[in-house]
Amino acid sequence: MKKGLIQDSALVTNYINGDENALSILIQRHKQKIYSFIYSKVYDRDITEDVFQDTFIKVIKNLKRGKYNEEGKFLPWVMRIAHNLVIDHFRKNSRMPKFDNTGEFSIFSVLSDSSLNAEKVLIKDQVESDVRRIIQELPEDQKQVLLMRMYQDMSFKEISERTGVSINTALGRMRYALINMRKVIDQNNIILTN
Amino acid sequence: MAKIYSNASSKHNNLQPKDETVRFILNYSKALCVIDYNNLEFEALLN
Repeated sequence: MKKGLIQDSALVTNYINGDENALSILIQRHKQKIYSFIYSKVYDRDITEDVFQDTFIKVIKNLKRGKYNEEGKFLPWVMRIAHNLVIDHFRKNSRMPKFDNTGEFSIFSVLSDSSLNAEKVLIKDQVESDVRRIIQELPEDQKQVLLMRMYQDMSFKEISERTGVSINTALGRMRYALINMRKVIDQNNIILTN
Repeated sequence: MAKIYSNASSKHNNLQPKDETVRFILNYSKALCVIDYNNLEFEALLN
């Protein structure tokens, strides 16, 4: 009898009864459809091989445990298993996205250059120079505290020790320095954004 | 006639699994033995 004439259902029954060759015929008969179906979803040969293999491991386990019923046809049943495994694959990958640069997709299309471009450098320089000019307008005691805090990164304790005033006074001077700077910015309509 | 901007979907009808994959599946099938004991199922891989 020719291989192609044996029905899938008969081959499945033979396999369950211990005929290993029946599985070989089933795989040969349907491997192309199943493999192509998986590939059409994942577009990766290695992943397709893995999913194809896992599909048949499930098929084998279910058949050997007697969990297959003949209500459905063999191929749609296998396709459903393959489909579920493809979904599992995408679920797993969405938790841990993987980017490779082998296909048309380029990693550089999703990465941005965080360094400043020429325009942003100019704006940044302008803003910093404006801020320095405004600081020069402050009363000397406020300017001193602000420069120590913001440019020399000193703590208010260090500032109070250096200037010989209490911490509260230093904090007050800082507060007034900021209030005065905001006033100057508002009065002169200075825009400090980049 | 309107231009078709989408690419024609490629056919994947000639794809086949590697021989080693198929061989692995068949060997796995030969090695797997499901033992039913007191309504409990055990899987054993026999070499």
